[in-house]
Amino acid sequence: MEFIEPHAHMISRTTDDYQQLALTGCVALAEPAFWAGWDRLSADSFEDYFRQLTQFEPKRAALFGIQHYTYLCLNPKEGENRELAREVVKRIPKFLECPNVVGIGEIGLNRNTRNELETFKDHVALALEYDQMILIHTPHLEDKYKGTSLIIRALQSFPGLKPERVMIDHAEEHTIDMIRDNGFRCGLTLYPDTKVSYPRAVDILETHGTDGIYVNSACDWGNSVPTAVPRFIMEMRRRKHSEEAIHKVVFDNPVAFLSQSPKFRVASKAPVAVEVGA
Amino acid sequence: MKNSALSCPLELTQILDEYFLENRHKLLEVAAFLDRLDRAHDGADPSSDFRVVAFTRALEVLLDGGPQRARQIQMILSDPTDEPREQLDRKAAWGAYAAPKGV
Repeated sequence: MEFIEPHAHMISRTTDDYQQLALTGCVALAEPAFWAGWDRLSADSFEDYFRQLTQFEPKRAALFGIQHYTYLCLNPKEGENRELAREVVKRIPKFLECPNVVGIGEIGLNRNTRNELETFKDHVALALEYDQMILIHTPHLEDKYKGTSLIIRALQSFPGLKPERVMIDHAEEHTIDMIRDNGFRCGLTLYPDTKVSYPRAVDILETHGTDGIYVNSACDWGNSVPTAVPRFIMEMRRRKHSEEAIHKVVFDNPVAFLSQSPKFRVASKAPVAVEVGA
Repeated sequence: MKNSALSCPLELTQILDEYFLENRHKLLEVAAFLDRLDRAHDGADPSSDFRVVAFTRALEVLLDGGPQRARQIQMILSDPTDEPREQLDRKAAWGAYAAPKGV
């Protein structure tokens, strides 16, 4: 089954990972800007990173027949450094015209500090000024519930923000309702140790429905699985869900969200029929 | 936006056939983890750590048979406050909420 990987940090991954994605049906992916695992020292480092995301990585993905899109930002892990954040935000606009940039992200909170929140608001203001979509990282573990709540409150302080153009990612059982009840789109991240497992992701869809939800691997330099989406497909089949229901989550929903950017070129289409057990 | 909920297509026995062994495995992992804490070299009391306290409260949810156990456990492990932190204390989360000393 063809699928979209809507959140993957591919600069941290090998060409073998691109090959596995292509072999398992990935036709397009979106790579939000991320933390390098260590704090960058200057805005120049971010500018080089943005050049990598907009110039080199799309060519690398194309070698495997995969379309590459990206979101730009200073990520929440570095959001505490207000001086650096302000400088990086100033440098983002010149990259927004690049053909693979679909929005601002992944922005959000890490440890829910006041500085992180101000950096988050700077990015939301930038996205609104340049009519960009937004991809949001919600915090980890014990910080997720409070962080998601703070993020939603901050978003609602911006008049004119369209919630359907905002994807709030890394949702779990305790945050999905507040995301969807406020009209935002919702991402489930499939991780080996944190976030959600394949069975729990399917449980969440069974109890909350499939509208406005997509799944992703958020694969990066840490413990993560680039082929998480096809593994999720296997889990859905294990539960005997229909091919149409699976296709909606792994293809139609990410296409519907990303197509709000005129740069996104993957068209929605009917699912390929697969007979389970044949 | 909850108009397309999918019920689980599997019958009870099918769910057990599919998932019992992997969850039996996870149950034993939890038991062995708790035994390991008791064998700690320094002999410290596991219940002196905020993570073990939260973990124990979460285990009680598994036994009471109430609905939405996963959500209930998520909330037990979450920061219950609603104001931003004044300063960054560390980059990484703990996995359970550590109340500031004296609170």
